[in-house]
Amino acid sequence: SQRGEMKRVKGDEDACSSSSEGPTESCKKVRKLQPSKEKHQEEEEETDVDLCEFGFDWALLPQEILLNIFQFLPLLDRAYASQVCRGWNQAFHMPELWRCFEFELNQPASSYLKATHPDLIKQIIKRHSNHLQYVSFKVDSSTESAEAACDILSQLVNCSLKTLGLISTARPSFMELPKSHFISALTVVFVNSKSLSSLKIDDTPVDDPSLKVLVANNSDTLRMLKMSSCPHVSPAGILCVADQCHGLRELALNYHLLSDELLLALSSEKHVHLEHLRIDVVSENPGQHFHTIRKSSWDAMLRHSPKFNLVMYFFLYEDEFGPFFREEVPITHLYFGRSVSKDVLGRVGLHCPRLVELVVCANGLRPLDEELIRIAKRCTQLSAIGLGECEVSCSAFVEFVKMCGRRLSQLSIMEEVLIPDHKYNLDEIHWEVSKHLGRVWFPDMMPTW
Amino acid sequence: MVVNSVHWFRKGLRLHDNPALQEALNSADTVRCVYILDPWFAGSANVGINRWRFLLESLEDLDSSLRKLDSRLFVVRGQPANVFPSLFKEWNVTRLTFEYDSEPYGKERDGAIIKMAQEFGVETIVRNSHTLYNLDRIVEMNNGSPPLTFKRFQALVNRLELPMKPLPTITQEQMGSCRTKIADNHDEHYSVPSLEELGFKTQGLDPAVWKGGESEALERLNKHLDRKAWVASFERARINMCSLIASPTGLSPYLRFGCLSCRVFYYNLRELYMKLRKNCSPPLSLFGQLLWREFFYAAGTNNPNFDRMEGNPICVQIPWDHNPEALAKWAEGSTGFPWIDAIMTQLRQEGWIHHLARHAVACFLTRGDLWISWESGMRVFEELLLDADWSVNAGSWMWLSCSAFFQQFFHCYCPVGFGRRTDPSGDYIRRYIPKLKDYPNRYIYEPWRAPESVQKAANCIVGVDYPKPMINHAEGSRLNIERMKQVYQQLSHYRGLSLLASVPTIQEEAEPPPTDDSQASSSTCESPPHTSSAQSNTLKRGRSSEPQSTQMCTHTKHQHTSTAKGDQVQQQEQWEEQSEHQPVDLQ
Repeated sequence: SQRGEMKRVKGDEDACSSSSEGPTESCKKVRKLQPSKEKHQEEEEETDVDLCEFGFDWALLPQEILLNIFQFLPLLDRAYASQVCRGWNQAFHMPELWRCFEFELNQPASSYLKATHPDLIKQIIKRHSNHLQYVSFKVDSSTESAEAACDILSQLVNCSLKTLGLISTARPSFMELPKSHFISALTVVFVNSKSLSSLKIDDTPVDDPSLKVLVANNSDTLRMLKMSSCPHVSPAGILCVADQCHGLRELALNYHLLSDELLLALSSEKHVHLEHLRIDVVSENPGQHFHTIRKSSWDAMLRHSPKFNLVMYFFLYEDEFGPFFREEVPITHLYFGRSVSKDVLGRVGLHCPRLVELVVCANGLRPLDEELIRIAKRCTQLSAIGLGECEVSCSAFVEFVKMCGRRLSQLSIMEEVLIPDHKYNLDEIHWEVSKHLGRVWFPDMMPTW
Repeated sequence: MVVNSVHWFRKGLRLHDNPALQEALNSADTVRCVYILDPWFAGSANVGINRWRFLLESLEDLDSSLRKLDSRLFVVRGQPANVFPSLFKEWNVTRLTFEYDSEPYGKERDGAIIKMAQEFGVETIVRNSHTLYNLDRIVEMNNGSPPLTFKRFQALVNRLELPMKPLPTITQEQMGSCRTKIADNHDEHYSVPSLEELGFKTQGLDPAVWKGGESEALERLNKHLDRKAWVASFERARINMCSLIASPTGLSPYLRFGCLSCRVFYYNLRELYMKLRKNCSPPLSLFGQLLWREFFYAAGTNNPNFDRMEGNPICVQIPWDHNPEALAKWAEGSTGFPWIDAIMTQLRQEGWIHHLARHAVACFLTRGDLWISWESGMRVFEELLLDADWSVNAGSWMWLSCSAFFQQFFHCYCPVGFGRRTDPSGDYIRRYIPKLKDYPNRYIYEPWRAPESVQKAANCIVGVDYPKPMINHAEGSRLNIERMKQVYQQLSHYRGLSLLASVPTIQEEAEPPPTDDSQASSSTCESPPHTSSAQSNTLKRGRSSEPQSTQMCTHTKHQHTSTAKGDQVQQQEQWEEQSEHQPVDLQ
């Protein structure tokens, strides 16, 4: 057998597959393992040992064991190992090792990070594209990188992906591509895969027709769809996905795509229980008006999927909150990325009974005392809170923590938030809060320098 | 035996509380005070004119103080390693003294000089006086690694004895016994150079807002203490328009150059507090600013890569964008956000900005809006900021960009709202961006929202006379918060929906909180809680108690810097993270 051909790890240059690096060079990089007398005590050995002296033949290692070992090695180490012998070289190409791959596409001019080597990309497309199942692309801010990602996508014709993620690590560069170019690359995957389960395409120019292609080919398998800030998708486009992909459990999108119809579609009988719904509410131009979602639609969702998480991130001007929190909303995780008024936070206390996490980046100059107390009283699931540029009196804060007690597992309060009053100063509050939480707690600090 | 001393000034540009200088004078026959400066290097160094001016003024002040003691300052042109051999020979030096420099670059330079001095038979005496505490001691107490949270640092400091008492100023008598004859042509060789000599154009240069030198520093210290005594409050003052403007009682540049001894500042504050608060020993919070400085010095002292992301074990690896145009707009103060632009203008013109202003512009450049590396921002501060010290500057930037020290990243300073909260009238902006002075208060923080008629009436059209905002802040912060979350979730292996739980936290070392109320409501005079047993830091992620590595970069570095990888385990983790709740089809 081919395994038998390899007798010695070191010195047998013929057994090393040729590569850009000299064979001796690559052999040296293989760590030498010395099998010790007690089996469990294998340890690394620095000195040169001729393994044959121990009557041990690495090349005879069964493929299954090699595979197991290779699975724990980073690609670069596997590449080195593959140059040891034919057996290992074969193992390198085992399909199991190529199911997951993350393409990193960065340009030296726009990123600090290294990129997946073009030769490796070529080799993957040539030899392993049919093995790929879980693929992600990490792309920097340059258009070339997004372009390169699309090139790879459009070559994935004979693969059947289960997950695909397009991740912009800096400014979203997919948005800068010609839409048609992006769409045609993406639909190659949609059409050929047929069993896509997870799709993450935030900040891309995906559009309604391409979503139709997605649905037409993957409706039975799609379980996760993340498409925050995809400006070319319309509410009708996403509705089509919800109507036909009954297995959809996770969905992330922007508020302008959220509609009563969508919620009703997601809570229809044939639809599985939704697990996560993530909504970004972003103001595109100041003073924008936002539509409202009927309470009955939320109620329908909740009846259908009583445990679903509703995550909402708000990036609005204070005067744009009009339509929100007027009625009960089943929000579980709430994030206010900009200043939010006392009034709105008061409404949150009234209308978000399922709230688990609340993060407020900024608020006006009036203390949030009553609002927090109300939230503590009515949001009985609340276990995480973060306050940035806000104000709360020390007494009210202690009261809040006391009411929530130990269920507050995350409590991140900037030191400046806490206003000393007649009852507590800043040194005392740390003790008082720690006492109620049952663990040591300090406010978050920023350097005064 | 004849003792010929040279005291080598670097930082510590003062005659008060200068232990190394005292050592130089100690039963010496001659003493020369030296500053080494390379005029050729000056122009090319990444140090702006304000910082050079401050340094030269400090040297002038030092020289004039030495003159009063019938001595002079010798400003030697060149590089230390090149000039010392000839100085040793020419002056027949037997003793070299200088202040301890805790920074890796300084330690390396000093090590070489000490070795060289040894070869010349010159004794070297090094004394610590730039920091309150012995930083190596702090690192040692923390099991050999620097404390990475400020709380932990405070806990360690609390266990230390008080800093060394400051030493008195050099006296006429001390100097008289070891006076060096000053040559008639002293100025020809050793005078303090002018900015022109360093290659700077001084035409049209505004007068300095911050005047360098020990004399100025001591005057300011007195004013600083007078004001504290007058206010009689040691609480953190609420920031307003006045705090943004350079104050005649500000001290940070003087501490940076050592024109003021941090120990003198420390003990003066302490005494004042005890006088006003009837002998109560002051809480650590009284020394906030001084302790932050120590914290960053301690964090950087053994880390030569402290000022960069790559190879820096405490720095989270974040895929920052390279964007020279955007960086330039930020640095020049033409972002289109008046609050940011005013701060950057003040920084460039005067060399100092309030710490909250630093937070604002640092957040805007990095994790808040532009997603540009903190290293670029740090270099701009290095050029412009008078009090920018290597450790403190890099450490603060890492802190503000949430690149280290276990910071929650949810809080982004809004480039509009934060300024408006601080200075609702916008007078600060009018002062530094006169173009906008006629804008009504309502629009001064976001002139692009002003109707055209208002823009016309104010004689400043956005997009013509003043730039349009370079980024949509709402959109930028949406993207960036997601990215930070992505980075931190990889770091903490957290896969839940909570934003706050994405950040790994370090378990604070402290006594268990008291259970009875009597203890809890301690009087204001008590010093803050002391900490107990040394328990090594354990990094914990939100709800899980599994210990994690304290090296912030271990996970992300692997993720981002390896050339290529397809490690299935790792991939799987990533996918699990991306699907946030449960891995879909990955088993």
